[in-house]
Amino acid sequence: MYPRNLEHSDCFVIMGSNMAECHPVAFRWPMKAKMNGAKLIHVDPRFTRTSANCDIHAPIRAGSDIAFLGGLINYVINSERWNTDPFFREYVVSYTNAATIVSDDFKDTEDLEGVFSGLVQYTEKPEWPYNAFVGSYQPASWQYKSPSVQGQGEQVAPTARSGEQKAAQGPQAGQPAGGPTGPQPPAPLSWDDVVRSLKRPPPQRDPTLQNPRCAFQITKRHFARYTPEVVEQITGCPQAKFLQVAETLLQNSGADRTSAFAYAVAWTQHTYGVQMISCCALLQLLLGNMGRPGGGIMALRGHAAIQGSTDVPTLYHSIHGYMSHPTVLKKHDTLRDFITTETPSGGYYANLPKFMVSYLKSFYGAAATRENNWGYDWHPKIIGDHSHMAMMAAMEEGKVKGMICVGQNPATSLNGSSQRAAMRKLEWMVVKDNWMTETATQWYSAPEIKNGDVKVADINTEVFFFPSTQIAEYDGSFTNTQRMLQWHFKAADAPGDCKTDTWFYYHLGKRLKRAYENSSAARDQGWKNTVWDYDREPAETAGEISDEPDELKILREIAGFQTADPTKHLAGFGELKDDGSTTCASWIYCGCYPAPGRNLTARRQPDPPGAPGAHLNWGWAWPANRRVMYNRASADPQGRPWSERKRWVWWDGSAANAPNAQTGAPTPAGKWIGYDVPDFALTKAPNAQPRPDGIGLDAMSGLDAFIMKPDGKGWLYVPSGLVDGPLPTHYEPVESPVQNLLYPKQQTSPVYKHWAKAKNYNQVARVGDPDYPHVITTYRLTEHYLAGAMSRWLPWLSELMPELFIEMGRALADEKGIRNLDWVKIKTPRSEIRAKALVTDRIGVMNIAGKRVHHVGMPWHWGWEGLSTGDVVNDLTSWVGDPNVSIHEGKAFLCNVEKD
Amino acid sequence: MAEAMGFFTDTTVCIGCKACEVACKSWNQLPAREGGQPELSGISYDNTVQLSGTTWRHVKFIEQFDGPYNGRWLMMSDVCKHCVQAGCIEVCPTGAIIRTEFDTVVIQSDVCNGCRACIAGCPFGVIDMNPVSGTAQKCTLCYDRMSVGLEPACSKACPTDSIQFGPIDDLRRRAQTRLEQLQSQGETRAQLYGADPEGPVGGLNSFYLLVDEPEVYGLPSQPKLPSRNLASSAAGSVVGAAVLGAVGLVTLRKRRSEDVAESERGGQPRA
Amino acid sequence: MTATRREFLRYATGAGVGTALGGLAGLGLTLAPARAKAQALRIKDSKTVPSICPFCSVGCATLIHVKDGEIINIEGDPRSPHNEGTLCPKGAAIYQLHRNPNRPTKVLHRKPGARDWEVVELGWAMDRVAELIKKTRDETFVERMPDGKLVNMTTSIFALGGATLDNEFNHVAQKFCRGLGIVAIENQARI
Repeated sequence: MYPRNLEHSDCFVIMGSNMAECHPVAFRWPMKAKMNGAKLIHVDPRFTRTSANCDIHAPIRAGSDIAFLGGLINYVINSERWNTDPFFREYVVSYTNAATIVSDDFKDTEDLEGVFSGLVQYTEKPEWPYNAFVGSYQPASWQYKSPSVQGQGEQVAPTARSGEQKAAQGPQAGQPAGGPTGPQPPAPLSWDDVVRSLKRPPPQRDPTLQNPRCAFQITKRHFARYTPEVVEQITGCPQAKFLQVAETLLQNSGADRTSAFAYAVAWTQHTYGVQMISCCALLQLLLGNMGRPGGGIMALRGHAAIQGSTDVPTLYHSIHGYMSHPTVLKKHDTLRDFITTETPSGGYYANLPKFMVSYLKSFYGAAATRENNWGYDWHPKIIGDHSHMAMMAAMEEGKVKGMICVGQNPATSLNGSSQRAAMRKLEWMVVKDNWMTETATQWYSAPEIKNGDVKVADINTEVFFFPSTQIAEYDGSFTNTQRMLQWHFKAADAPGDCKTDTWFYYHLGKRLKRAYENSSAARDQGWKNTVWDYDREPAETAGEISDEPDELKILREIAGFQTADPTKHLAGFGELKDDGSTTCASWIYCGCYPAPGRNLTARRQPDPPGAPGAHLNWGWAWPANRRVMYNRASADPQGRPWSERKRWVWWDGSAANAPNAQTGAPTPAGKWIGYDVPDFALTKAPNAQPRPDGIGLDAMSGLDAFIMKPDGKGWLYVPSGLVDGPLPTHYEPVESPVQNLLYPKQQTSPVYKHWAKAKNYNQVARVGDPDYPHVITTYRLTEHYLAGAMSRWLPWLSELMPELFIEMGRALADEKGIRNLDWVKIKTPRSEIRAKALVTDRIGVMNIAGKRVHHVGMPWHWGWEGLSTGDVVNDLTSWVGDPNVSIHEGKAFLCNVEKD
Repeated sequence: MAEAMGFFTDTTVCIGCKACEVACKSWNQLPAREGGQPELSGISYDNTVQLSGTTWRHVKFIEQFDGPYNGRWLMMSDVCKHCVQAGCIEVCPTGAIIRTEFDTVVIQSDVCNGCRACIAGCPFGVIDMNPVSGTAQKCTLCYDRMSVGLEPACSKACPTDSIQFGPIDDLRRRAQTRLEQLQSQGETRAQLYGADPEGPVGGLNSFYLLVDEPEVYGLPSQPKLPSRNLASSAAGSVVGAAVLGAVGLVTLRKRRSEDVAESERGGQPRA
Repeated sequence: MTATRREFLRYATGAGVGTALGGLAGLGLTLAPARAKAQALRIKDSKTVPSICPFCSVGCATLIHVKDGEIINIEGDPRSPHNEGTLCPKGAAIYQLHRNPNRPTKVLHRKPGARDWEVVELGWAMDRVAELIKKTRDETFVERMPDGKLVNMTTSIFALGGATLDNEFNHVAQKFCRGLGIVAIENQARI
């Protein structure tokens, strides 16, 4: 799903997002749909500029989204329309795992009063005591009934892996011990047989959906208690509103209509954020909206390159293209271990050996050989959770010596005063940015310095500030929220010492290459063999002489080339090999730069007006320039469009095909065609059966639309991959004004993360704490950006929202004697800050299970630098987070508010 | 005479993003107020508060609620109305304010003597002094861009097409269609403001679709001109056009001479 | 198309008419007053360079007008299927990211315990940072865990940032870190 595709939506639910304010230009497209009769719905604790333009605004208490979504699921499953319109049954049985039988060992939250089977205690390991789980699941019982779905279970981010969890159950027998101490055999010339050895018989299915252990029946039982009454009690949303949303969504889903959802960080910043998104996916699969035009779920990401920085991961837990980072917490000792642990035998991800070997070739070049298993041992391994909050907790204990911060501003980030305290313990810190950020200046102008709590002279950190280029001063590509790479060109020289951030790391690298060039130590060989050549080549850069690195050379290394001849770029990931003959850092970006002089990310050719296409000649979207993922599901099981109105990709049975390129054998007629790049084996017929000995796509049938899943099905029930359960369940935020109505014995997620739990600086309010009675949420405004570095220095933006404020309802303001624009103190167990009051009916009191709960909200854009300054709202937040991805709970916590 | 051009602002699709305000400042190189450091106004999300000599677009925010979460939030991007019978032109003693060949109203800063007559003469409170130049300033409807076939900066930037730019006749047709759509959806308060050429001040070349009475949006229901000397104002505008800065466009000269001929026949310089 | 019913374009190329309006910087306190009059098209004779908005993730396409090596205007690219020439207020303010007296352009260094910054030479600062990275890496590098597992890494250096920068930066940054064994690499996608 992507913003422009919302043109085709009949109903659009925005939840966990304030789209009109935070992605205003993307909101152009739902507004177009609205003009054509589509219904827009906003489910949110605040009445925002998004709500103002929607047909329905359903207010819910921050953090109660799963109760609302679960209510929708329960409503849909039991509705007459869903049970009588054959579309829903056909979609769900054909394309989801609804029919798949789950292990007899699995026990649901309904059986165990709020937890799933497999819950165990968690104990930190001394080598890295910052994983911070409050509990842990052994997920073996969540699997499909034997045989299990192999492989995918271990693809979960290592964030989620604790030292307690056993390594993958790959078929290690018969393999040499290998590992760190013994010699390893060379890598095979092809890994196909290894992958084939992982193959298991397919899971059992009951297409009638009657078996009580099938995923559908388990799901149905799981959500049975999410009635409209319960939804109202937990969320505060009046039943009538909830039912209006449910009915609108249901009526606008089906063969001839599609509904879409959008979310942003108001779904990720929770201790159960992944489960919120998973819950929406479950609902959208039940409604048959996935893989179809105007349907699906749109992740609205927050930064120009945040998709790119996840794909090309400056994130500790993964390496290029969502491969797991090698870790000691899984069986990753050798390359063979890594591949057998990470590779499923079915689905496109079975090609992982090709992705991994090509990645290692991009890293170590000619030094990566079959004999040394493509240099795998040089690659570092992680030893636990090295995410933002884990690292800050370690830093606060003096375990981190140096920090390089480029274009980010942790001094105003979560539990900000604690992050500043942590950074004051560094030996050295580098800030590279376009603006003087609070992170750069905190050592002399943070609040705790200004108020005398900390003396500048006592801070022993050596600090650097390097100025950076602005967007128009360099070439490069961003990947947007549509997974689309778009190239931007340099228009002017940067002033003074402003250099690109790529220049910074490239030239540091050159210096460190020189520093280690004479080392013979084993530990330095990885760095010595790291390919590090991005000098500009006049042919590609129009003769410009500069010490800036050649961005096209970097893009070529990401997108791939034939190892023997770097001028032969790769046309797509279908060309990748696992024998070292292809070099490609990122399999998902493979094909964006298919030949010298053909940088497809720079394309700017839109479709002609009125054409039903997907603008395939504008930029380049991964994977394979595809715009709607899993779009095989936009056709019915026979390959025909579900309806003329919702035509997107379909099977043309008469299309002639070229003979097999390798064997010359004729290929039967028939091909997938449409307005988009089909997300399916192009010539695989709808009625094709899996090959008995097949791996990868050969193991899939013509109905297996979800080709990245090992079983080819969209997952209602998630048998592996998540650490906090196979089904979404309503829990309360760590700080909540009420008990968990659904499961009184299980208040929160049993496995969330709480870093520095014993430290004074990271305490949390208890349930219903009278000292912190109000629910608070934090957010962005249209007029500012992030922590404000790119907006609070700009007069044209600062004047539009010149000061920090807190939005509160009239009832709370009256109770506290607060008038509009009065100064207000806002307090949490972590900190206290000041802001001016904006008293409004756009937020206010909610009735939660009979209790009056005031809801307040604050934008978090401020700090002490810039033209527009204000207190750091993130100082109020805590380091508690999601167990799968270590994202903090910044969208729902407790506070007190008093007139200053 | 070129065709009359203007804005139709459909307030029902405004998302209050203020792109129009910034796009205007960026193109026209206008400064932020108080160096970008004004105080929080406390008036909903409106910190611009009013149109001025340095702020030519202003997004208004009107909260209409009856208790928490129960109501609506109206937004409207305000701008110079480019009145067909423009009070500012009438009262300007120096001829600094002209009517262009697009039937828009432009203040020529180098002719303005800062007498402030136009400020009082505007029924909408649009015009104000630029404190540094000492001259009166307001929206030009991006006359420079229009002159070379470019859309004005604000309407081009508007993400939801709340601000639409085009020939007035086209805009009126579009507005009527949208009005009927809203009325058929039950929005009984929907109304056009300034779209009627028979209405006050001869209609507005920047007109609006509202969903409440004009006063709710801070607009006068019966805008009044300072005087009724229309014939001389029309002639004055043509004199103004003759001293227009951009010269050298053959087609522009040709159109001007047509304007003169037309105005000599006593007609108003409109399409 | 006739002279009186011209096609009004959203596409601002450099092919305008009139004379350029120079010298106005549009910035806060230091700004000269705008001389609003029936002004000449100030992007006349400028070069147009395609770019992308650096703020949120929508990926709006922009056009940058450059004259004599200076950025004089930035607006939306009307061809883009994402934004069709429109922008939000942040996108409309990109000009001020570049032309802004508040913009830092010098390298600064603060010695441990010092009260103030010092302006330093870029090359010296790069040498010093490289020296510190090497020192910390060499002092804290772990080749094997206590159980003998090979890890080749250090957790004593934290590299932060990337979501506001381009893909090429992210590739070089993560490769630099992982090449040296720095595994604590994070960006805004985590928060």
